[in-house]
Amino acid sequence: MSNNDRRGFLAASAGLGLVAIAPGVHLMQVAQARPAGEPASKLQRWGMLVDTAKCATGCDACVSACATENGINEKVADPRQAAQWIRKIDLKDPKNGRQHSLPMMCQHCAEPPCVDVCPTGASMKRADGIVLVDRHICIGCRYCMMACPYKARSFVHQPLTQQNPEVPRGLGCVESCTLCVHRVDKGQKPACVEACPEGAMVFGDLEDPNSDIARRIAQTATTQVRADLKLNTGVRYQGI
Amino acid sequence: MSLVPFSRREETLFYMVAGFGAAIVAIGLAAALYMEHSGHVVTGMNNQIVWGLPHVFAIFLIVAASGVLNVASIGSVFGKVLYKKRAPLSGLLCIAMLAGGLAVIMLDLGRADRLVVAMTHFNPTSVFGWNVILYPGMFGIVAVYLWTMMERRMNPWSKPVGFAAFIWRLLLTTGTGSIFGFLVARQAYQSAVLAPMFIIMSFAWGLAVFMIVQRVMFAWNAMTVAPAIRNRMKNLLGVFVAAVFYFVAVYHLTNLYFAKQVAFERFILLDGGIFPVLFWGGWLFLGTILPLLLLYLPGLSAMCGSVAIASGLVILGAFCQLYVFIIGGQAFPLEIFPGMEMSSSFFDGRVDTYTPSWPEFILGLGGIGIAFTMTAIGVRVLRFLPEDDLTHLEAAGNVTD
Ligand code: SF4
Ligand code: SF4
Repeated sequence: MSNNDRRGFLAASAGLGLVAIAPGVHLMQVAQARPAGEPASKLQRWGMLVDTAKCATGCDACVSACATENGINEKVADPRQAAQWIRKIDLKDPKNGRQHSLPMMCQHCAEPPCVDVCPTGASMKRADGIVLVDRHICIGCRYCMMACPYKARSFVHQPLTQQNPEVPRGLGCVESCTLCVHRVDKGQKPACVEACPEGAMVFGDLEDPNSDIARRIAQTATTQVRADLKLNTGVRYQGI
Repeated sequence: MSLVPFSRREETLFYMVAGFGAAIVAIGLAAALYMEHSGHVVTGMNNQIVWGLPHVFAIFLIVAASGVLNVASIGSVFGKVLYKKRAPLSGLLCIAMLAGGLAVIMLDLGRADRLVVAMTHFNPTSVFGWNVILYPGMFGIVAVYLWTMMERRMNPWSKPVGFAAFIWRLLLTTGTGSIFGFLVARQAYQSAVLAPMFIIMSFAWGLAVFMIVQRVMFAWNAMTVAPAIRNRMKNLLGVFVAAVFYFVAVYHLTNLYFAKQVAFERFILLDGGIFPVLFWGGWLFLGTILPLLLLYLPGLSAMCGSVAIASGLVILGAFCQLYVFIIGGQAFPLEIFPGMEMSSSFFDGRVDTYTPSWPEFILGLGGIGIAFTMTAIGVRVLRFLPEDDLTHLEAAGNVTD
């Protein structure tokens, strides 16, 4: 597929995807929010910047906030089978002993391998850069999980109850961080960003040169994780 | 073909065999239903090892299915009479194993009920997506191929259709191998030799399956394969097994010396627990060295049953190899931050363990059951026993070594 075709396809699926993925979402007219019925726009690219110098070891406020927001509350006997949309990773550089702690989640790649490999097109990227799984089309083949370099996706291994109506999840489907798309579409920030007590996460539009995030990326050294894979991630890190 | 009526005893025996196959299929389906109903919690698969035993079975069946058609290709595309006689059986085995493999893949899906979605939503950038076209296409072509061979009027078409099947089969194996080739982030699957390696593996595994089925069919009819024919086919199997050895060696050596995946290779070959055991003991010794000895060592190769045993070992080795490749490739931690030590509640940086559960194993067996039952019924109804006319073969220069 040429880049143009692909963009067209993505724009189309993005519109469809929004309808399919978040039924029951009421789009409110707030500052920055996208008017109801209007598809996500290519003029924006939502992204996040994590300052690892501020991120505290042992703190998992972002993880809990995500779980509450998205209704990830099921009891899973085997932790290997539990869904984790966001997790804290502790890093240590064996060469100099330097340590970091940082949140890891879907990096909302501009060239997402999960979208490329998905046989049905359930994995898709919205025009504004948010990568989502359309849970009505996902057949649960887990190919996207094999393809994601960040282990960002989880497969739902058991039946679910008590879900958040704004965030439908389901047995046998794959899911990952949605960048809290249901909040972003209302002009709010993702739950993790809002919850971080250290203010270590910044959310915003990478395409808007006046946004906080774009300015910080222009001024300070930031990294994309596994930049060698050239996926052009929407989540960036500072301090590693 | 001369049709001798089946005896009463033979009839009873056949129904027992078919019943046995059907029973395996039934418990396989029951296992799939159980998994579908309870969710994948009842399997050993998890968010770290996402593809497990069902994929080992399914990929074996699919790869071997394309390889078994090689026998027909040698007959029709390369014009060898000896193999031409075997083309119908080879086509039938191809369809049967493909059906078994696809059934396992489909039934393992998180949403196996969304088969229609899988067929109607197509992402052209996905290798899995291409396979949705390649697999049914294979059924179609092989079915037409069988028809051209069995229906006298259609005989002239069997060569071009056979050729189409030959090409399609290579595409199919390449497609299956590329499922892994596209996984850019995983150390195990980055090698460019994967596609040719899968093609050559398909030749070896397919021929091994064919040899066993052929022997059983001849024994069923109280016949033996003529020694000259047995010799030719066993030599071919030996060449394929040796070629797989060569490709696996190249795969690991390039990983070590060019791609610098030293840690990963160490894990698979040295200290990765079950994986080195399966690699050296299962694939290399039982699945490669022993079969080669059985096929070529003068004392052993003349022994009755040596070719069938060698074939069985090749299949066993194939399962070990796939287990190491698929599960081992996932058990090794993904390098999200190369050069750094990682830890998290999601098992980052840790070697993962996988313990297959019964339902997964039974589902996989069910796939073999499907292939087995389809073959048993097919050969009996269609009478696909290769009848060798030795004088004819000698005249065609097909049995002289
Ligand atoms: S981080 Fe993984 S799940 Fe997210 S867009 Fe990239 S490949 Fe897809
Ligand atoms: S699990 Fe779902 S989203 Fe992932 S590749 Fe398969 S169909 Fe696509």
